[in-house]
Amino acid sequence: MRLKFPFTKKNNIEPVDIFIVLIILSFIYGLIRAGAGIGKEISYSPQIFLTASNLPFYAWLSILRQLAAFAISVVFSIVYGYIASHYKKAEAIMIPLLDVMQSIPLLSFLPIFVISLINIFPNERLGLELACILLIFTSQVWNMAFSVYGSMKAIPKEYNEVANIFNFNKFLKFFYVELPASMIGFVWNSMMSVAGGWFFLMASEMFVLGGKDFRLPGIGSYLQLAAIEGNTQAILMGLGTIIIIIVLIDQLIWRPLIAWAQKFKTELKEEEVPTSTLLVQLNRSKIIKVISNSWNNMIDGITIKQLKKKDAIPSLQTQKKQKFSFTSIIIYSLLILCVGYGSIMFFALTKNLKVDNWLNIVLADFFTLLRVVTAVFISLIWTVPLGVAIGLNKKLANKLEPIVQIFASIPATAVFPIIVMWLINSRGGINLASIVLMLLGTQWYILFNVIAGAQSIPTDLKEVSKIFKFRKLDKWRVLILPAIMPQLIIGLITATGGAWNASIVSEYVEFRGKIYNANGIGSLINIATSKGDYSLLAGSTLIMIITVVLINRYIWRKIYWKSIEHRV
Amino acid sequence: MILKGENLTVKFDMPNKTSITVIEDINIGLYEGEFVAILGASGSGKSTILRCLAGLLKPTQGKIFYHGQEFSDVNPNISMVFQSPALFPWLSVFDNVAIGLKAKGIPKPQVEKKTYEAIDLVGLDGFETAYPKELSGGMQQRVGFARALVVEPEILFMDEPFSGLDILTAENLRTDLLELWIGNKIPTKAMLLVTHSIEEALFMADRIIILSKNPGRIKEEIPVTIPHWRDKNHPEFARLLDHIYSIMLGKEVVTRIDTQQKVGEKPAIPSIRVGALTGFIELISDQGQQLDIYKLADDLLMSVDEMQPLIEAAEMLGFVETKYGDIIITEEGKRFADADLLHKKEIFRKAVLEKVAFIKQILEIIEHKTDKRMNEEFFIDLLKQKYSEESAKEQLNIAIDWGRYSELFGYDEDSHELFIEEQPSN
Repeated sequence: MRLKFPFTKKNNIEPVDIFIVLIILSFIYGLIRAGAGIGKEISYSPQIFLTASNLPFYAWLSILRQLAAFAISVVFSIVYGYIASHYKKAEAIMIPLLDVMQSIPLLSFLPIFVISLINIFPNERLGLELACILLIFTSQVWNMAFSVYGSMKAIPKEYNEVANIFNFNKFLKFFYVELPASMIGFVWNSMMSVAGGWFFLMASEMFVLGGKDFRLPGIGSYLQLAAIEGNTQAILMGLGTIIIIIVLIDQLIWRPLIAWAQKFKTELKEEEVPTSTLLVQLNRSKIIKVISNSWNNMIDGITIKQLKKKDAIPSLQTQKKQKFSFTSIIIYSLLILCVGYGSIMFFALTKNLKVDNWLNIVLADFFTLLRVVTAVFISLIWTVPLGVAIGLNKKLANKLEPIVQIFASIPATAVFPIIVMWLINSRGGINLASIVLMLLGTQWYILFNVIAGAQSIPTDLKEVSKIFKFRKLDKWRVLILPAIMPQLIIGLITATGGAWNASIVSEYVEFRGKIYNANGIGSLINIATSKGDYSLLAGSTLIMIITVVLINRYIWRKIYWKSIEHRV
Repeated sequence: MILKGENLTVKFDMPNKTSITVIEDINIGLYEGEFVAILGASGSGKSTILRCLAGLLKPTQGKIFYHGQEFSDVNPNISMVFQSPALFPWLSVFDNVAIGLKAKGIPKPQVEKKTYEAIDLVGLDGFETAYPKELSGGMQQRVGFARALVVEPEILFMDEPFSGLDILTAENLRTDLLELWIGNKIPTKAMLLVTHSIEEALFMADRIIILSKNPGRIKEEIPVTIPHWRDKNHPEFARLLDHIYSIMLGKEVVTRIDTQQKVGEKPAIPSIRVGALTGFIELISDQGQQLDIYKLADDLLMSVDEMQPLIEAAEMLGFVETKYGDIIITEEGKRFADADLLHKKEIFRKAVLEKVAFIKQILEIIEHKTDKRMNEEFFIDLLKQKYSEESAKEQLNIAIDWGRYSELFGYDEDSHELFIEEQPSN
């Protein structure tokens, strides 16, 4: 499957983007306010047992969290995508917001997020659970919403005309036209989102900050404890469990879902279509038939109900129009008020910072950038040749792809405690551990995109290079690199995003009661949160967001649009 | 009169603050028991008229009357068949047909009964559970008809429903539809068909409305009184065919509305690439001196609509002439067709320099620059004063194609510049 470019076509900073950043900053300010003054001791600290018999229960808890986050994401992204694609006024803000939220490292909110939610909820477990679920939600919802928005915007014109000429009401149109037309993209994006969600889940199940222990029973905390205690057997069992879960979810949920989604294809081109034997079996089962029938009856029921309502109020359309512009004025003025207040307060926080504080932050930001670049560079060195080899060779692909997929399925944050255990006392220390984590989190994105890019090289071009006996160097320069470039850039964007996220968990580690700290923006954010230094927290978050957004807009996107410029 | 459109005009605003007039001052009526065809080339706005009458599109000016009452919403008594069948691929044949009834809130048992009846009517019984992609194009369009007919519309609109089908399938479907209509097997009281095929209109309609293009206006209305089923070899059929052809090509003095067109709305350069043009002229040259345009289109499996820009381009360069529905190759055209590649380019260059003002303008502009290069945006902006952005880009692309072939100027893909190559001095 070829990934579409998951962003809008902008590659400049516009006023609306600044407004979006202000929205995010005022949101951070809100978090800081809610979390400030957390002096109270954390009393919720469940014992985690490393015995094998506890493992299924921990795994189940983690799956439930993932499920809860995914359920919220599904509802949110459909509502968000629907509104953004149907109301121009909302679209103007909602889409740039998506764009920025997709690119900034959301894991940097983890510490302050957890602290403020524990503060808000008297029940600590509830606060922790919510923080974990909401973090996973924020990590996976944006590209899903973007895909719903994009699909609904791209609904073929004649479908809309059919809907109009036969007088479909909103519900009929949504269930029979808009939702089905969005389905394929939505399923693919859901799959990618959930994969990314594991990364956040593992990171947020257990972390230590300022000597305080934040933990939830789950497979992530199990692995972390196993690493701290150096229990190799438990580590292997934990990793095995994760792999089994992810492979099972892939086989039992995603494959049938993707095969099912093929019926929502709008173009009737002949193509190899994913199939699933499980789906065929399911389609034969009575229960599924009963469920799908009652679903259809429900939709028809809603439609008829709405039709009756519509008859009662004949001039519905004109009424609604006025109402919308009136509410939209209120909503927008409220939004501007909140954002204005929030961002003023946010910047007020940073006024304590002196010039050398700022210099420190920028320097730390630069160090993290260096680590990100190193990790991405190392990934490139091995993934590009391997990816091209796999992409150009069907036999090799059949052999290697399942193996690669299993490795890639392990969320990097799950193995991080193990990396720390091995590397913390080596010469590279925390610096090396940090880069290794980034590497683990990023290389797969690049690899998969390179494979996809290489697979899409047209056969006739490959034949040309054979007939003219291109030398190896020329073949790479003329054929391979230009062909894989757009896909490679998409992979790089996702990869750098992952690397920035990784910096938050990997630059500042408390291991067996000792603090290991690599100078970088991630560790600065952790230190600031644990000390309650909110000026520093505000300053470093600001600098990091600016860096990431600028690099995205001015480097990656420029290269991307350049690389597809001459495509036919 | 069931349905009437009065002084319908549709304009679209362009981003460059100009507007494009799609249709202008259309007066059209539909009587009970009547089958009307709207005939026009692409760009004549025939589908736009249909959408205005159905209430899908609000005209910039003008009014719609339904049974004498003004009507501005989507008309629930009109149903429509689309060019692409526009079936939902995720719904079975049954559900695709039933959806119009569901939208009306009709109770389930009745929905089922009517849907089965409609599927029977179009001859698709047995395919109720199939999905559209399992059906051939003709069968898909049958589902389109069933979906439109199941709601028992008073008026049926058809937007080129046969043009996506192969000849035999289309013929078959046309006959079946006509049978339903003439045999009073459907309660529909009036039909309105949009088409670019003269033969199709002549075969089916009681009245044909011919449109001019850019903007679309009514050129002429022709009643067809030949009784059904109509035989294409009938002398009256053949006479009307020729008559309508000449009207559409604008060669017979009828009302000559297109002389009123603003010059600016005619494209600066016909939208035809040199390769196609060369092939076309060689073909005409091979076929003989004088050819019937209708027969030529038929031989090439093209519609007149598709062939028109080719003829226009050839005529503009003085390679052919057209008269009373015939196309005649000129001396220069003959020379062009017979020449080898180098001489072809020479003849083409000469013709272009003489006849195509826009290319001359491009050359003069580039000549005036010291580096003999000019960026493409300049020319696009120039064209945008008169045309839409899309059309401007398309026209510049054609101009570049012509310029490259005639070796008058070149185009640098990387810098997006047009340039004149320095002549090696000898």
